[in-house]
Amino acid sequence: MNTKNNSSDWLYTISPKRKLIDLNFKEIWRYRDLLLLFVKRNVITLYKQTILGPLWYFIQPLFTTLTFTLIFNNLANIPTGNGIPAFLFNLAGLSCWNYFSSCLTGTSNTFKANQGLFGKVYFPRVIVPLSVVITNLVNFGIRMLVFISFYVYFKLFTESASQALPTASVVLLPVLIFLMALFGLGFGMIISSFTTKYRDLTYLVGFGVQLLMYGSAVMYPLSYFKEKLPEYSWLVEYNPMTTFIELFRHMTLGTEQFSLASFLYAGTVSIVFFLIGLIVFNRTEKSFIDTV
Amino acid sequence: MKKKDIILKAENISKQYRLGLVGTGTIKDDLKRWWFKIRGKDDPFLTVGESNDRSTKAESDYVWALEDINFEVQRGEVLGIIGKNGAGKSTLLKILSKVTSPTTGEIKTKGRIASLLEVGTGFHGEMTGRENVYLNGAILGMTKKEISSKIDEIIAFSGCERYIDTPVKRYSSGMTVRLAFAVAAFLEPEILVVDEVLAVGDAEFQKKAIGKMQDISRGEGRTVLFVSHNMAAVRSLCTRGLLLENGKNVFESEDINLCISEYLKNEPHSNLTTKYLNEDKKFGITSIKLTSNTNVFDVNDEICFDLKLSQSIVDEYICAFYVRDELGEVLFFSESTDEKLVITKDDNNLKFLFNAQYLLVGFYKITFGIKSKSGNLVDVVKDEITINIVDTYRTRSKRPGKIILPTIWKKVKS
Repeated sequence: MNTKNNSSDWLYTISPKRKLIDLNFKEIWRYRDLLLLFVKRNVITLYKQTILGPLWYFIQPLFTTLTFTLIFNNLANIPTGNGIPAFLFNLAGLSCWNYFSSCLTGTSNTFKANQGLFGKVYFPRVIVPLSVVITNLVNFGIRMLVFISFYVYFKLFTESASQALPTASVVLLPVLIFLMALFGLGFGMIISSFTTKYRDLTYLVGFGVQLLMYGSAVMYPLSYFKEKLPEYSWLVEYNPMTTFIELFRHMTLGTEQFSLASFLYAGTVSIVFFLIGLIVFNRTEKSFIDTV
Repeated sequence: MKKKDIILKAENISKQYRLGLVGTGTIKDDLKRWWFKIRGKDDPFLTVGESNDRSTKAESDYVWALEDINFEVQRGEVLGIIGKNGAGKSTLLKILSKVTSPTTGEIKTKGRIASLLEVGTGFHGEMTGRENVYLNGAILGMTKKEISSKIDEIIAFSGCERYIDTPVKRYSSGMTVRLAFAVAAFLEPEILVVDEVLAVGDAEFQKKAIGKMQDISRGEGRTVLFVSHNMAAVRSLCTRGLLLENGKNVFESEDINLCISEYLKNEPHSNLTTKYLNEDKKFGITSIKLTSNTNVFDVNDEICFDLKLSQSIVDEYICAFYVRDELGEVLFFSESTDEKLVITKDDNNLKFLFNAQYLLVGFYKITFGIKSKSGNLVDVVKDEITINIVDTYRTRSKRPGKIILPTIWKKVKS
């Protein structure tokens, strides 16, 4: 009798039934300390037992940008438009691209990389991809510092950057960064959910991300691509990353035109990817340990 | 029994697994499942699974790791879940700790469940002991504030104070386990789910860990679900038992000792073939029982037997038994004439006992027999009773040899 009366005040139920979106925000909030500790772990363990330590955060983007400038601008003569220094142009594109791609690859192996952890203890699984995105945000912040330093350097000591001026739309920069994160996170969660059962996707992501970079207007302006290869330009144009990178350069360096339509398009795609990612991720997290 | 305060209730829990490789063929099954689902029908594969007997050949690709498990746990109770390898204990714990979801059925709880299926989950070798305490604590569901308030106790309990700011990769494996268990020991959930984690660490630490578990359940009144193959630990910790076999709940008892005996009865070394050497079976042993309701004995216990005989046709006879170890070697032999006891044909009830202190920890099988005064065997009941000697308080460690004899040690003044 007693149990019947009490049946209403069960705290929670473990059952096979699942809702389409079963995000328990209260629970995620309760685990916020774990999120921060994961971020801390990711940041501090990356360069432990290295001599240069956190300096690597600066060295990496510098050398990649230098190489890109040498190959694509000095050797292949790709114009940057508006007479912006090629180094700044590449640094801007690469910073964005690296942010997106590390969010994507970092979250895409969530289930596989954390199999041991997920198999032993429960916490909201979405914490792990979130921690990857926040960790990358920290890295992105460091890259932005590098970017700003060089920006100031080019402004003060050279004539070449006279055209480079931030536009008023720079106030939308946080939104842009947020949308890029959503896109990378959503895409990554979709991939990680499918790789638990079908490993094929791991290989696809490996070279797919590299190929995607060439289709994301990282080392060339979209206008130049349209001019040279008009029949393929739709491929690059419909890629939301192209929009994000173009917009980022527009906001910070004043290249090209600001197009609200493309901004809305890329934003919508990101949000849709994120929502699909959440749904798929949620469906997977309950049973993946049996299929992984 | 007063008002029942049920904190956790499992109803018809089942879990199905797919056998063999998950590779080709899964898309086909997935599509079929999906096709049934959109038409609003039940999953077609739920009807095909077989019971989970590891040793028999499978007919179907699907198997039930757990089948219709029902149980209730009251607040403050320590439920021991025992069973052979592959009985479904770990699967049940995984479902309880939400690592995987059941195929059917549901579990309702009134408290937060924290699970300890492994110590040191999420430890990162590059981070220091202190950093790992925070990370591991957060993974187990503690907040940073909670950990900060307990960090000194945790470090003291682990006994790793000197190394606490050294990366964990420099730790010995024992130290890692100590630190990891210390974190878990200071968890404060309403329900704690513990898998075989006490099997690690040295004897001193195991004792400490069992003591801590006792504090958690008795002192602080928290509910614990405990899985172990260590019957000594189960016996000293648990108040109730649940025995699983091939994914089914075969035995449940308020008395943990009964549950352990039931489990040990199914051990392969005990077999119940009784063979009468006197063909006409007119006379013999009718029953042989332990007087206690358990066959698990501590090294300090007395082991007492009740022997019942049918009406004798022999005037005078001798009763005997011998004890064999797990390898089948006879350790010792005893008969009623040792005590100059004369048993005549009217004595149908006998009692005899010996002390477990001479035996080492392990399983022993006991064979009983009667013979006539002239030495002719009348009846033998072979390996009828299996007893398990445990060392609950670890007063003696594992020693070489087969038996322990009380020895006198003296200092001699020269």
